[in-house]
Amino acid sequence: MAVLDAPKIVSLRAEFSDSHTLTRYLATGGYEGLRKALSMTPEAVAAEVDAASLLGRGGAGFPAGRKWSMLRKAPTSYLVINGDESEPATFKDHYLVERDPHQLVEGVTIAAYALQVNQAFIYLRGEFALGLERVQQALNEAYEHGALGQNIFGSNFSLDIVVHPGAGAYICGEETSLIEALEGKRGFPRIKPPFFPAAIGLYGEPTVVNNVETMSNLPWIVTHGGAAFAALGVGRSTGTRLFALSGRVNNPGMFELEMVKNTFRDLIFDPALGGGIPGDRKLKAFIPGGVSAPWFGPDELDLALGQDEVAAKASMLGSGSVVVFDEDTCAVRAAWRITKFFSRESCGQCTPCREGSGWLERIMFRLEHGGGRREDLDLLLDLCDNIAPGLGWPPQQTTICVLGSSIPSSIHSALTMFRDEFLAHVTNDGCTHG
Amino acid sequence: MSHFRPELRQRAEETVALYPERRSAMLPLLHLAQEQDGYLTDEGMIEVAELTGTTPAEVRGTAAFYDMFHLEPVGKYVVGVCTNIACLLAGGEELLAHASETLGCAVGATSADGLFTLEETECLADCNIAPCVQVNHRFVRTTTPDALDALVADLRDGKREDEIPPHGTLIRVKRSGGLRVSRQQIADERTRERAAREERTAKEGQ
Repeated sequence: MAVLDAPKIVSLRAEFSDSHTLTRYLATGGYEGLRKALSMTPEAVAAEVDAASLLGRGGAGFPAGRKWSMLRKAPTSYLVINGDESEPATFKDHYLVERDPHQLVEGVTIAAYALQVNQAFIYLRGEFALGLERVQQALNEAYEHGALGQNIFGSNFSLDIVVHPGAGAYICGEETSLIEALEGKRGFPRIKPPFFPAAIGLYGEPTVVNNVETMSNLPWIVTHGGAAFAALGVGRSTGTRLFALSGRVNNPGMFELEMVKNTFRDLIFDPALGGGIPGDRKLKAFIPGGVSAPWFGPDELDLALGQDEVAAKASMLGSGSVVVFDEDTCAVRAAWRITKFFSRESCGQCTPCREGSGWLERIMFRLEHGGGRREDLDLLLDLCDNIAPGLGWPPQQTTICVLGSSIPSSIHSALTMFRDEFLAHVTNDGCTHG
Repeated sequence: MSHFRPELRQRAEETVALYPERRSAMLPLLHLAQEQDGYLTDEGMIEVAELTGTTPAEVRGTAAFYDMFHLEPVGKYVVGVCTNIACLLAGGEELLAHASETLGCAVGATSADGLFTLEETECLADCNIAPCVQVNHRFVRTTTPDALDALVADLRDGKREDEIPPHGTLIRVKRSGGLRVSRQQIADERTRERAAREERTAKEGQ
């Protein structure tokens, strides 16, 4: 049975159609967290976030408190919010910016206070036209309300937030690439280590880059205390998380669930959540955390929805997006489409990623559409091994950023789990699913 | 003589003033240039170069990296149909093929009347309402061929212009004013704080 009794931390206002307005926000506890934060010292606010053990919700799952503590002390530093949500099958930040923009603005202001940063940027993917308008409207209202600008709520803390539209590039979700885009350049990831954004970031100044969902948790954490947040979940995976469920399920959608307390089976099959697979067809496989993650078969359905739990099985919870394949899904077609995505979105800096993704896509295309050869199966693995040597998890990196090392996940998973299907595609000279 | 119309020129200058460095306004200004002309014209990019303190070549080189910037004319409505994994499983490829028939243009092309450009997009982050369709980056949530046809008919009749402005217009909500916090004032405060701290430390050391 699914465990559904945890408080709603970031999707509290989902039931209201006017959840994006300041009126609704104030009527539902809005900006109380910020008022409380401003009555504390910045160090005390940071300590609460540390106590909450809030893991970054962008995909890598790095503890937010630790990221903050690494910020190099300097006269000028920046806070940048990553809202470039583009990992296929991920749609939680889309909800948060469109439906609860004030929660984001309050979270960013709390973070900026804790970090003593006076200018923050919210980078949103350009395809979120409504989200961009809603966040701009929220910023305008927050300034007017005294929750932003000079001497916030009469304190001596001041902050400006600028919303920055992206322009269509998956790679800009990578934090150094996002910084480049924010500096007005092509979104090419920067080489790191040694210098991470916390040391040398935007304009060469120390910069914290945090995800939209991570920020949206802060009002609740400050209001209720880090300990209350840490009491939810199990082990390192604390609090709740927005899980985005899509693919072949009866009730695709976004569900805020307490960390670790539910399993993938609960998420996919519980009537209150995914509601099972249409036509009661069998589950073939599922992706546990965005298309960069290796796939799982039905035998992993009882795995808990937690960061370390999924990592222990050589995949990742990533962006919390689960894609369901039913028995009618063609594994070759699914892996081909994911590879096509990486091939289109490779920024082109590093040879293994730029050349490898296109080559893999062409091989997958001919297997799916006709012209595939038996030796292509070994060639696929050889190419994947060139991009991420050893094909282990977490993957070895031959490229500046992890886009490259994410490419082999789907092909390697599909080939390992459904080799017979690949061979049938060769024999059939194309897709066997009609 | 500005190529941007006065209102856009003013917004462009206000946007530049929001950033510590002018070049940071590159992407927002390129969106404004598309709002001006529907796509990126040479004149628009030259003006962005002037405003951001870069060269027209740098502007074009940057713009070409990003999918949303069009260096060739596009239709008044850019229709994007997603075929990435969640949409693939929901019939995104079939819907894209249907859209091509309805609009009378190939994927990547513009209809003869100049009204529509059709694009196959990557994931648009709306995967629970699949296949996902956007028109000018507005989610229209037409997941069936019939719903898509009805939408296209509405657009042809000019019925949804309030909801879906012509291609290029991205953010219709204007920022209410510039930066409120003086960077100079903050820097001065920080310097004073540091001096006071050092003085305290020195005294304690004596």
